[in-house]
Amino acid sequence: MAEILTPKLAPLATSVAPAKAGAPFIEIENLSLFYGASQALKNITLNLQEKVVTAFIGPSGCGKSTLLRCLNRMNDLIDNVRIDGAIKIGGHNIYDTNVDVIELRKRVGMVFQKSNPFPKSIYENVAYGLRLHGVKGKAELDDVVEQSLRGAALWDEVKDRLHASALGLSGGQQQRLCIARAIAIKPEVILMDEPASALDPIATARIEDLILDLKKEFTIVIVTHNMQQAARISDQTAFFYIGELVEFDTTTKIFTNPAQKRTEDYVSGRFG
Amino acid sequence: MNTVTPGQYLPESSNDTTRITRHFRAEKFDFWSFFFSGLTGLATLFIVGILAVILLNIVINGWSGFSWHFVSTIPKKDFFDVHTTGVLPMIVGTSIRVIVMTIFVIPVGVITAIYLTEYAANTSIITRIIRAAVNNLAGVPSIVFGLFGLGFFINFVGKNMDKLLHNTSAVWGQPALIWASLTLAVMTLPVVIVATEESLKAIPPGLREASLALGATKLETILKIVLPQALPGILTGGILAVSRAAGEVAPILFTGVAYYMASLPGHLSDQFMDLGYHVFVLSTQSPNIEQTRPILYATVLTLLLLTFALNIVAILIRARMRKKLRALG
Repeated sequence: MAEILTPKLAPLATSVAPAKAGAPFIEIENLSLFYGASQALKNITLNLQEKVVTAFIGPSGCGKSTLLRCLNRMNDLIDNVRIDGAIKIGGHNIYDTNVDVIELRKRVGMVFQKSNPFPKSIYENVAYGLRLHGVKGKAELDDVVEQSLRGAALWDEVKDRLHASALGLSGGQQQRLCIARAIAIKPEVILMDEPASALDPIATARIEDLILDLKKEFTIVIVTHNMQQAARISDQTAFFYIGELVEFDTTTKIFTNPAQKRTEDYVSGRFG
Repeated sequence: MNTVTPGQYLPESSNDTTRITRHFRAEKFDFWSFFFSGLTGLATLFIVGILAVILLNIVINGWSGFSWHFVSTIPKKDFFDVHTTGVLPMIVGTSIRVIVMTIFVIPVGVITAIYLTEYAANTSIITRIIRAAVNNLAGVPSIVFGLFGLGFFINFVGKNMDKLLHNTSAVWGQPALIWASLTLAVMTLPVVIVATEESLKAIPPGLREASLALGATKLETILKIVLPQALPGILTGGILAVSRAAGEVAPILFTGVAYYMASLPGHLSDQFMDLGYHVFVLSTQSPNIEQTRPILYATVLTLLLLTFALNIVAILIRARMRKKLRALG
């Protein structure tokens, strides 16, 4: 109920000076997360830049997906979760009590590991977010749906069957549909939780090309198990280990000359 | 160490297949597998057989009394003459009470199931009380529901309604179609709740997450994504409720059924006649059982056909919905 009643958040990007390349856009400050008594994230401090691809890497259970889900407050949906610290996006702490979570999730979109298109037509999948946020005119909907499907490199494959069920698409196409659905509402940040882990190499390559394209317009944070993928597509990489941030630097540095021994052990495959 | 060399099990020539078959053919006939699969087959045949015997018995005995005249005539007070009797008021009474019951039970059942699945914390004390109440409700004998209907709906709600409306004679404070339907709704509530809950739980959580991540509220997610997908399951609950309620006599005994009504029920406060109750009347009040037997069987056949027809309509609607969900948005 609180979600419906809280006042709307001011537009994120315009309430601070326009970000220059290199200016921090997402500031995570001393973030700790507890599932009941066990601590899943230990005092994370991290600044992510705008319009850059940041990869979170680390072995299973290190907290990278948990941290990702904090960025759009999806962890609020789990019982027994306690969060200390702050996350500022565009200067505003998203964990403030007067923040409208609905607005936040409009600004920070998410693509999940297992593609989850709605059992509706392709058109309705992409239009779902738009209709939620009040877009009604058919011409406008048609326009944005086409733009989003083009932006997700899916338009040519589906333009003749927009009203066929989304469930009839292949795995890779469904994931691109989920990306189209997420970008249709024009978020500022896209969070991707292992988006290609369930896909074959060809579909994975298409998603990776897509991400390199999308970063011109969106800030992207991607969690990945695949270190080579992180090396291929990200500009900056953060390495996590059992709930702690071990090292955060440009991708080239993390993979060629990391400062921490644990990072070096992980990227060279000595454990993980 | 026993290693297998590649090609060890391949036949040396195309004629020599014994190497493979020796290793993979069953050594002996497995009696217990055969016995248990035979047993399950027999059990299935047994159930189908019993159903066939019951149905055949009813159809064979009832066919002679069953006719268009039979189902479209309002009988006189004498039910026992094969040529003049009819069951139209009973068909109408049974149908209306089942339909009114459905109008009440589906919204209440669905909303309860949505609360239990989507909103309630699984471990809270209130959730546990509600679940216990639903389970216990399912175990209450039908006659107890009848007494509940009399005590609560008629003597409390009905009588107070009459007082509020300043009725000089009892209109609502007596057995009526509405009270019988409500009693049946209370009785079949657990069925609808459980069927709805099962269909809600079958929807993968990923769909809800996707909707919430796009900025939908929980309510919007339920109305736009979850409920449409759960509709076939909800209809199944409705079908089960209808099948159960159509044949129940005990709950309507004190709450609305009448031995004889000269005309069809026209208002929710009217009493009504009922097929199931009529079977009871024919069996116990008949002066000549030999003469009445065909009418009795014909009434039972009518009840079965009515239940069947109501179910078919619901099943067709559900099949249409499933097709739509699968094919397009």
